[in-house]
Amino acid sequence: MTDQVLLSRTAESLYWLARYVERADSTARLIEMGYRMAMLPGSRSAYEWRSVAAAAGCLDRFEDPEGITEAAIVRTLILDNDNPSSIRTCLERARANGRSVRTALTMQLWEVLNDGWRKLELMDSNEVLRDLPGVLDWVKLRGATIRGASTSTMLRNDNYLFLGLGGYIERADMTLRLLDVKSYLLLPEMDVVGGGRDHHQWTSVLHATSAVRAYHHVYRGDYSPWNIADFLILNARFPRSVAFSYSKIEKSLAMLSETYGGEEHACHATAREAVRQLKHLQMGEIFRQGLHEFVRSTIGTTRRLNSEIYEAYHF
Amino acid sequence: MVEGRQTGNSMFDEMSGSDGIVRVPYARIAKWIDAVGSDRLKQRSAEAEAIFRRIGITFAVYGEGGDPERLIPFDLVPRVFSAGEWGHLDRGIQQRARALNAFLYDVYHRGEILKAGIVPEQLVYQNAAFVPAMVGVEPPGRVYSHIVGIDIVRTGESSFQVLEDNCRTPSGVSYMLENREIMMRMFPELFAGGAVQPVDSYADHLLRTLEEVAPPACKQDPNIVVLTPGAFNSAYYEHSFLADLMGVTLVEANDLFVDEGRVWMRTTRGPQVVDVIYRRIDDDYIDPLAFRPDSLLGVPGLFDVYRAGGVTLCSAPGAGVADDKSIYIFVPQMIEFYLGETPILENVPTWRCSEADQCAHVLDKLDEVVVKEVHGSGGYGMLIGPKSTEEERATYAERIRRNPSEFIAQPTLDLSTVPAMDGDGIGPRHVDLRPYCLVGKQMRLVPGGLTRVALRKGSLVVNSSQGGGVKDTWVLTS
Repeated sequence: MTDQVLLSRTAESLYWLARYVERADSTARLIEMGYRMAMLPGSRSAYEWRSVAAAAGCLDRFEDPEGITEAAIVRTLILDNDNPSSIRTCLERARANGRSVRTALTMQLWEVLNDGWRKLELMDSNEVLRDLPGVLDWVKLRGATIRGASTSTMLRNDNYLFLGLGGYIERADMTLRLLDVKSYLLLPEMDVVGGGRDHHQWTSVLHATSAVRAYHHVYRGDYSPWNIADFLILNARFPRSVAFSYSKIEKSLAMLSETYGGEEHACHATAREAVRQLKHLQMGEIFRQGLHEFVRSTIGTTRRLNSEIYEAYHF
Repeated sequence: MVEGRQTGNSMFDEMSGSDGIVRVPYARIAKWIDAVGSDRLKQRSAEAEAIFRRIGITFAVYGEGGDPERLIPFDLVPRVFSAGEWGHLDRGIQQRARALNAFLYDVYHRGEILKAGIVPEQLVYQNAAFVPAMVGVEPPGRVYSHIVGIDIVRTGESSFQVLEDNCRTPSGVSYMLENREIMMRMFPELFAGGAVQPVDSYADHLLRTLEEVAPPACKQDPNIVVLTPGAFNSAYYEHSFLADLMGVTLVEANDLFVDEGRVWMRTTRGPQVVDVIYRRIDDDYIDPLAFRPDSLLGVPGLFDVYRAGGVTLCSAPGAGVADDKSIYIFVPQMIEFYLGETPILENVPTWRCSEADQCAHVLDKLDEVVVKEVHGSGGYGMLIGPKSTEEERATYAERIRRNPSEFIAQPTLDLSTVPAMDGDGIGPRHVDLRPYCLVGKQMRLVPGGLTRVALRKGSLVVNSSQGGGVKDTWVLTS
């Protein structure tokens, strides 16, 4: 009997299942960031919501991009069936993917994918608006439960590795896009001693990645754009940082290569090189190159990696 | 499908016989029913349903609105055969499966049974399931139907008859396996002492069967796949269940392609050759270049590869000629013609409305017989004479007169009953049996099969699509 092979279609479904779950999770965090910022005195909520929509890559889905309201965010980023990046669509597609490759999942993973997805299906705008924090918490919990079921019950074979790969590619992309939208806040020339920079603006970025407490552990409350950028890009211990995500991508690819008798492809070289660079980079160099340029270029690398994975595994 | 008439006295109940005394094979069950009591059994029924739901063993009915995640009701009371009773059935089933395959080989080659005038030519060559492109093809082992589901009814202590044959894709074996799993989990005490013959070797037997029919082009361990239309098919659960048990890949048409005379599947390590395809897709849909061009469920070029010996398809295209209701009538003669043996299992006497004198008889006795469409399935489109109104009979008679060759009729049968959960307690319900006979280089038959039960009191219809249920089927070790 030959080893059980993995159909490309199954691998692709698993990869996207994980991407959708991660996207739903990250989008919920972005919305949470907007929600907090919009409540602060002196803030212009339309402005805050605009950066949420931009970081989610959905700005063009809003009729009035300069006048986005919380209700519009709920409609478009949480509930919109026509928006492939809305939370509802992401959870529904994750479940549909899981259903189509059911035998590649453990019973527990299928049950958690299948179990709570209906709740959002049945909610309307008003219900969500009545308890936005509650709904966002629920979404984050779904993400955690699905990931938990996967890591605690799945055999560490290629199925599992494709799930991991999808999740971390999406995470890297989401963190980079957040940085892209907020990069103007993180430039060192903004860091004027005694200047009027709004501290809340910087911490908003940390809120979006659930990094507030973790950041404190590392920097002890010393907020500066330099440290925040460093935390989100280079800190290899913070699970939503670019460096962490890339290191996981590289490890997943290395294990896939091992599983497949040592076969390597362009994606392996790309991932290895990216990890090497991130390991040796310092924030100073990034700022010299230009933070915005660095973020854009890394977004490009992530997209290229996605294509290379497609090619390598015959998706 | 099962038809019968509740005649009270003459009805044979498998547990209490015709005289009310518990028959030997049911001794343990009878004691168990008494000891547990019907209230407790009802509770445990609900438990069983919850388990099935969690596992997701569902059955969606084609063309109906309503719940696509419907369950087939499972009745807790097993149906039991003694080893001796089963031995008789086993021999009869294998004999019939051999004859059906011999018939298929014959009609796609020299057609001797047609030349001998035993089976009318037009029933074969004009049969919708006949595939002219199969003439002359040599399937591995000369096997066309690798899984033969022979539906059997019982009308008395020792009288069993074949209701119909299924040579294409008989389904339901996953229920046979899961029913036993659930019973063993919920009532381990019933199986103590190894009293019941196990059925869990089915998947293993199926795998061996598929391996044995590897195509001539295969030069190493055959790569076997199960081909499914996909997750929206009503029997999808069974497709994935069997693939899982056998440890083979479940594929859809898009995962496969034809190249250089072989079939390949798209894997993460590149294309891998496929040798044997257990296909759960109808002939019409398996290859848009050979059959229906609008099919999105098939693989272009698959049929040509099959004919050239590059892949084996189980069942072979064109196997449906043998399970046609109009051909059914001739199966006992096939047994004599090809095997030189006396049929061990009889057919139910059948009238063909295509013959004027038989048709007249049927129309005359419409209130006594059961009439079926030759090309129907699932128990639809039939008339159960004794249960019909005069108006229904009149309408149906018109249909017969307009197109007589589309109908056959059989007498109503006094079908056996087995105790089943009944709302309030336990009562007799009509049953049939579908065993699954595997045909490769050798024949393999797992003891028992799927017992289908008509759940409504007095009902004669066991098809799951019309409200029937299933039971665990036991063959005792002695």
